[in-house]
Amino acid sequence: MSTTLPPLRLSGLEPLIITRDSIFVNIGERTNVTGSAKFLKLIKEDNYEEALSVALEQVRGGAQIIDINMDEGMLDGEKAMVRFLNLIASEPEISRVPVMIDSSKWHIIEAGLKCVQGKCIVNSISLKAGEAEFIAQAKKVKRYGAAVIVMAFDEVGQADSYERRVEICERSYRILVDVVKFPPQDIIFDPNIFPVGTGIEEHRNNALDFFRGTKWIRENLPGAHVSGGVSNVSFSFRGNNAVREAMHSAFLYHAIKHGMDMGIVNPSMLEIYDDIPKELLERVEDVLLNRREDATERLLEYAENVKSKGKAEVKSEEWRNGTVEERLSHALVKGIIEYIDVDAEEARQKYTPTLKVIEGPLMDGMNVVGDLFGEGKMFLPQVVKSARVMKKAVAYLLPFLEAEKIASGDTSKNAGKILLATVKGDVHDIGKNIVGVVLACNNFEIIDIGVMVPCDKILEIAIKENVDIIGLSGLITPSLDEMVYVAKEMQRLNFKIPLLIGGATTSRIHTAVKVDPVYDGPVIHVLDASKGVPVASNLLSEDLKANYIIDVKKEYADMREVYANRKEDKNYITYAEARANKFVANFTTYTPATPSFLGNKYFSNYDLAEIRKYIDWTPFFQTWMLQGKYPKIFENETIGKEAKKLFDDANAMLDLIIAENWLQANGVVGLYPANSVDDDTIEIYKDDSRTEVIKTFHNLRQQGKKGSNLPNISLTDFIAPKESGVKDYLGFFAVTTGQGIETKLAEFKKDHDDYSDIMLKAIADRLAEAFAELMHEKVRKELWGYTPNELLSEEELIKETYQGIRPAPGYPACPDHTEKPPMFDLLDVTAQTGIILTESNAMYPASAVSGMYYAHPDAKYFGLGKIGKDQMIAYAQRKNMELATLERWLSQNVNYEV
Amino acid sequence: MLGLAFTPNYTMENNIINILKDRILVLDGAMGTMIQRYKLEEEDFRNEALKNHSHPLKGNNDLLSITKPEIIKEIHAKYYEAGADIAETNTFSGTTIAQADYGLEHLVYDLNYQSAKIAREVAEEFTKREPNKPRFVAGAIGPTNRTCSISPDVNDPGYRATSYDELVTAYKQQAKALIDGGVDILLVETIFDTLNAKAALFAIEEVFDEIGKELPIMVSGTITDASGRTLTGQTTEAFLISVSHVPLLSIGLNCALGAKELRPYLQVLSKESEFLISAHPNAGLPNEFGQYDETPEQMAAQIEVFLKEGLINIIGGCCGTTPPHIKAIAEVAAKYQPRVANQLSILA
Repeated sequence: MSTTLPPLRLSGLEPLIITRDSIFVNIGERTNVTGSAKFLKLIKEDNYEEALSVALEQVRGGAQIIDINMDEGMLDGEKAMVRFLNLIASEPEISRVPVMIDSSKWHIIEAGLKCVQGKCIVNSISLKAGEAEFIAQAKKVKRYGAAVIVMAFDEVGQADSYERRVEICERSYRILVDVVKFPPQDIIFDPNIFPVGTGIEEHRNNALDFFRGTKWIRENLPGAHVSGGVSNVSFSFRGNNAVREAMHSAFLYHAIKHGMDMGIVNPSMLEIYDDIPKELLERVEDVLLNRREDATERLLEYAENVKSKGKAEVKSEEWRNGTVEERLSHALVKGIIEYIDVDAEEARQKYTPTLKVIEGPLMDGMNVVGDLFGEGKMFLPQVVKSARVMKKAVAYLLPFLEAEKIASGDTSKNAGKILLATVKGDVHDIGKNIVGVVLACNNFEIIDIGVMVPCDKILEIAIKENVDIIGLSGLITPSLDEMVYVAKEMQRLNFKIPLLIGGATTSRIHTAVKVDPVYDGPVIHVLDASKGVPVASNLLSEDLKANYIIDVKKEYADMREVYANRKEDKNYITYAEARANKFVANFTTYTPATPSFLGNKYFSNYDLAEIRKYIDWTPFFQTWMLQGKYPKIFENETIGKEAKKLFDDANAMLDLIIAENWLQANGVVGLYPANSVDDDTIEIYKDDSRTEVIKTFHNLRQQGKKGSNLPNISLTDFIAPKESGVKDYLGFFAVTTGQGIETKLAEFKKDHDDYSDIMLKAIADRLAEAFAELMHEKVRKELWGYTPNELLSEEELIKETYQGIRPAPGYPACPDHTEKPPMFDLLDVTAQTGIILTESNAMYPASAVSGMYYAHPDAKYFGLGKIGKDQMIAYAQRKNMELATLERWLSQNVNYEV
Repeated sequence: MLGLAFTPNYTMENNIINILKDRILVLDGAMGTMIQRYKLEEEDFRNEALKNHSHPLKGNNDLLSITKPEIIKEIHAKYYEAGADIAETNTFSGTTIAQADYGLEHLVYDLNYQSAKIAREVAEEFTKREPNKPRFVAGAIGPTNRTCSISPDVNDPGYRATSYDELVTAYKQQAKALIDGGVDILLVETIFDTLNAKAALFAIEEVFDEIGKELPIMVSGTITDASGRTLTGQTTEAFLISVSHVPLLSIGLNCALGAKELRPYLQVLSKESEFLISAHPNAGLPNEFGQYDETPEQMAAQIEVFLKEGLINIIGGCCGTTPPHIKAIAEVAAKYQPRVANQLSILA
């Protein structure tokens, strides 16, 4: 009888036939709100378009069936199921595969069954609530024309032993086949995959019982299939993907051998069975098959060793059989850190003096890294990992080096010594650290003296250490002036060494126009980390140096000339004309909403897990010099793989950040009655009686000559004029996710772990931006509540398609950093959130964002451009500040020579 | 046994299954094409009760079973005469959903009941005349004019103009009336949306449960074009799988294509299905005036190709076919053995 049963036949737009000889059927699991936070968020936000792309991705990724689950307390699961299935129906690339309607609620299952034209699978029914309900539901499933997953569950509970699995599955099968007349081949058992390696005695046989239960089902219940959710088995090793992936594939390997023919598997969490390191596999199988008393302990021990390392690192240990030189090179290229001390020691015994280890095998390895990076075959995250290995090796060798140096009196020279610093008033250093790492990989000695370094200290250390090059970094605009100041001081103190300028706010043109003329020595702008090496090499090469410097000096001189000529072409109108041509916002049909509160609201220790959902990943990849839009970047042929690795590492770290409270998120939102006066000033009132002005904020106005009908905009234009009588409001915010970061950074520094250092900073920055995005949404929807019903997808959020803007002082629409202190004062930012302002009005911790909320529907971001002296004089008067002081702050924005 | 994987619990006296074992049965041809020839006007679609009905009724062919039953009976008779074993009731649009266009939802039961009754009368007459060739009546159940799987609104692909539940209610009413009126078979046909068909099958099984008896069910899908898919995108095999949970008498294809174009998809069904196979193709593809001009001889010759291949158990005609077409088809059908439902490749 059992040999003549037909196969399980399913259909979407196309058939899926599962015969006894079929290879394992892979069920996609990402369209499941209980298993995927991302999918849940999309559904909650009503972003079905994006949710569909999750489904599509799975089908393209090889899922033969897609499991759809909408069981979440806050969701109308039935509605979500129906909508999603209806939408899938119009996406032939998705609906070509059968669906699995997954819910613990019968009404959701039944609603889903009414939406699919193909033959789907119901997941699941069981004897949990007794035979009557089981029979009734099974009959319905049959009538709707679906196959069914039956959970090994009965009135007593879930089957947790071999015997119980057999008992429940057999009973279920007999009822289905004999009473309901359910086609036996349409029955799929889920005999419960439970975690192993939990340390709990009763769990020791969990996998083994599943295997045996599966085998029994396949041998004794003709036609029936076996499925299950595989990731459960490794539940106790969460956070350790290397071990989990190995457990999943080893589990599947055995489960399939025992007859499991389909399953819910995340293909990206699966190691190739044959690729599992032998030792790991043995320990995993010891646990799965309960082969030894101390199996769990031994796996845990192994897990500790491979913790937080990706798949690649544990893949193969074969390279350990090479020579010490080969091993060092391999470790450097692959960024493998665990054997570096052992190998460095072995090399030290082989080479004398110890310096030869560095100059020999280590530098050879780093040269390979440098070459591969130069050829675009390695990417920044990998290079940083390599540097970490190098640093660790050098750290190990250092005591020996020192001892030998003292003994020999030798002062050897490497490629060159470079001092790096982020200038006074600025706190941003991710880019600088990356430059340092890349240079170090190329045999330069790096002296990194950190952030907020005053000029005198930079120059003092430069002299003391006898450095060959000084590199300055900065992110905010005031840093540009500080760099000019450092250059002037170098001139004054008769420095001759090259000065490198880098950082987000710097540019070749600024360097050529402002920095180069004040210092006779070489001044060179370095666009990014990849340019650092050739620039430094040229500058320190005896052969190339002279010509290179002359070339650059000439290039910058030419740029200055072009710049001077071009500048004159630009047309400006007077400040009075600009004000007359202001943007007239509509306040007749638009009435500003009244905020839910007035004054300040503080948020301390905000849930990072919530913030995480708002991360815009694209800039994160930019930080690591991987260009591409998230998530499309993963499909990129060249960098996709590395981007994915980096992304996985980042998420692993995010898990830890959240689990172990590495960072604290604090924030403040202030909402105040506000009106504009004299076109460019905004008055902030104590309360809605609008009688007492407690602060004024000042904006600048575009002064470039505009085409017809184009206004000269100022942010003030988006606030209702006082004389209009319209009750308008202005919002403010400051958020940080950087509190507590120093402790962790210190740990990384101790480990010479630049990779984690940069990673943490980059993540903290992303979190701060995400926090700002989250807070803005909260303001729009609830705190201010001017668009309470807004429904935006993640992508729309990133594209900022919502109403209103949140410009930050120091950015193009309002470049004046001196507007920050009154804002910090109004919100009591420093006391309440821990964010401080440096003398350049940079925020510290660096992972912080502050700004203002303008709610008007016409409010938009714009660039101020250059402004004239007439406006600067008026502005200084309004702000009651020295013109010269403001000219320094706004040196990038004035259209005249100061 | 005939090789049917399932043996429905039929209670009918004329055991159609036994006959199907011996020969290919012939289904009738187009109803609409025949009605056109009578050049009917608005008043022909009205009776005393509908004299003042608000909607125009011309074109509501199903209604003729009530207002002009003699015409419908004449058409059935012509097909039986031409050699058809099975006549389809004049109920293609006999659901509340389809009749809503005419404001005649309230007549749906009558319409189906009367259609079944008059077809039954003609069948009895012929069976009496030729007892060795009993005539059968298949209750035609059309797809309705709404789809449960496609949104009519291009801007909102998640929208549906009808629902599964609504379809089940409508189909139950139709199926019940057809059975009450005396049909031998239920034929769910011209399926362009499998979900609609699944709702019809669900409804039919519900009715069977309620009345405590079962009739054989024929299912016939429509492959829209050379893509080989239904309007809602399923391949022939996926369509087969999607309706195979019900123990069908036959599965087949009709409409949209001519016999020649239908052949590859009939091959798929014949290869994969454990049910009997039916086909009632159009008289070729429509010409530029929307008319079908394949002659009876041409059509029969094409059908002969797959009868020879042993693909078919029940053969007939859809749009553009007439009694002469059915006569020609019946003549070739008589020359060939019916397909033997395979014990299926799926068992391999």
